Amino acid sequence: MFIQQLVNGLALGMVYALIAVGFSLVFGILRLVNFSHAAIFAFGAHVALFFIGLEVGPIPAILISMVLTGGVGILIDKVALAPLRKKKSIPIAGLITTIGVSYILQNILTIVFGSGRVHFPAIIPPGGFDFLGTRITSMQILMFGVSLTLMLLLTYLVNHTKMGLAMRAMQQNPKAARLMGINVNSVIMFTFFLAGATASIAGGLISGFYQMAYPAMGVSFGPKVFSATVLGGIGSMPGAFVGGILIGVIEVMAAMFLGSAYRDGAAFVVLILVLILRPQGLFGRKLALKV
Amino acid sequence: MLKVSNLHAYYDNVHALKGIDLEVRAGEIVSLIGSNGAGKSTTLLAIAGLLSPSEGKVTFDGEDITKLPAHGLVKKGLSLTLEGREVFEALTVEENLMLGAYTKQDKKAIAASFERVYGLFPRLKERVKQQAGTLSGGEQQMLAMGRALMSEPKLLLLDEPSLGLAPNLVEQMFDLIVDINKQGTTVLLIEQNANMALAISDRAYVMETGKVALSGNAKELMDDSRVKKAYLGHP
Ligand SMILES: Nc1ncnc2c1ncn2[C@@H]1O[C@H](COP(=O)(O)OP(=O)(O)O)[C@@H](O)[C@H]1O
Ligand SMILES: [Mg+2]
Repeated sequence: MFIQQLVNGLALGMVYALIAVGFSLVFGILRLVNFSHAAIFAFGAHVALFFIGLEVGPIPAILISMVLTGGVGILIDKVALAPLRKKKSIPIAGLITTIGVSYILQNILTIVFGSGRVHFPAIIPPGGFDFLGTRITSMQILMFGVSLTLMLLLTYLVNHTKMGLAMRAMQQNPKAARLMGINVNSVIMFTFFLAGATASIAGGLISGFYQMAYPAMGVSFGPKVFSATVLGGIGSMPGAFVGGILIGVIEVMAAMFLGSAYRDGAAFVVLILVLILRPQGLFGRKLALKV
Repeated sequence: MLKVSNLHAYYDNVHALKGIDLEVRAGEIVSLIGSNGAGKSTTLLAIAGLLSPSEGKVTFDGEDITKLPAHGLVKKGLSLTLEGREVFEALTVEENLMLGAYTKQDKKAIAASFERVYGLFPRLKERVKQQAGTLSGGEQQMLAMGRALMSEPKLLLLDEPSLGLAPNLVEQMFDLIVDINKQGTTVLLIEQNANMALAISDRAYVMETGKVALSGNAKELMDDSRVKKAYLGHP
């Protein structure tokens, strides 16, 4: 039973980790807590749903959604956030704006898809295998495999490519980064695209797993993902990875062993305990905020 | 090479630059001296486009670069170090230097720049894999200068490279600036250490409260009674 829940938690947690990475990347570059990231995740799920409705097949639909949602990420930044940076507004203005953007996105989804839960078809044919009394479904393998692969790709990109070097430079010192000849706007656009695209894939995976989508799904999953990021250490890729897995596993374990009423609360108890002991999160560095 | 005319800049309501005129010619070392708060760093920021000037003009090799965004400077051949070094602390020495060559594509040329920088600063070579934040102040300053040289600039602008260094290192730093200049890089040097700066410079500008108060040949300024009294610490 424990192993079974561990498997369930790992599959779910890996997707949380994927969403957390995008949230963390944007924070790293702009020191912006982008609350709209969860709404972008919901948006991505619905764009995929829309294209599934056009009968292109679930996987192509998710890939189309990835590109479009990445574009929406850029658009949100250009329309709502870039002007604030330009006017050097106080950090809270950006944060509140992202909350506003969340509601706008959710509202758009409600207008187009209705507010209720709609069926999201299975992404891959049902199946799986039994291993020592534990059932591992093909959807769980897909969730785990796709999320892990994307996370490894992102890690490679950030640590071993020129664009990644520019992203890390900006994360540390935007002023000096500009003097190196780095076009800050391109790096920001690229980062918002990555965040939107990965959130959208996660949206497709989660919706495929639960076989449903609803406009408020960002509200349900957002707090967990934001917690995963902070638990692991915001701005840290390994942190997002471990934080996501931990939150996923704790959630599933709590539901199993304490009762389903504990499902959503338990992870936050752990979050608060970790932060009291280690305010920068498990893998976080103490950030000297340079504004 | 660099020509600044009637440059004005503000921090909110503070009129920090009140019409700066200065010029740097190819091959020179020119220093910009003046007491703390005179506006030296602000002049550099305004030239670099990190602070938009409210009035005035900056040209480089005859081209107007007043409105050029900061990231466009390196490609024009202009590179600078900021006051307080501003290295990328969590990145390694090597990554910091790589970033200095960010706009370069040619691998061979980049390798040659690494060699040049390691030749000038052997200490950096011993610490390639070390995080910049763990270097000493002097080493960080060398890294900032090395990073600025990685783009093989025509003009190097340095903001207080001797700040916070031990006295023996300060002398080394000024020797290095002379070496860099001899290798063909023009230098605009901002310094509070007026004695040392004037000693290695061809010409100098003396700033006071947002204006250029005096300018001329460095050797002559060293003998100027007003400069002696205000900046060189002897009457
Ligand atoms: N970020 C800032 N905000 C407001 N005023 C500033 C800022 N930076 C510098 N100043 C003011 O502008 C003037 C010039 O400063 P600065 O250029 O740093 O002088 P210097 O480099 O010659 O010591 C000073 O009066 C300083 O107080
Ligand atoms: Mg200064």
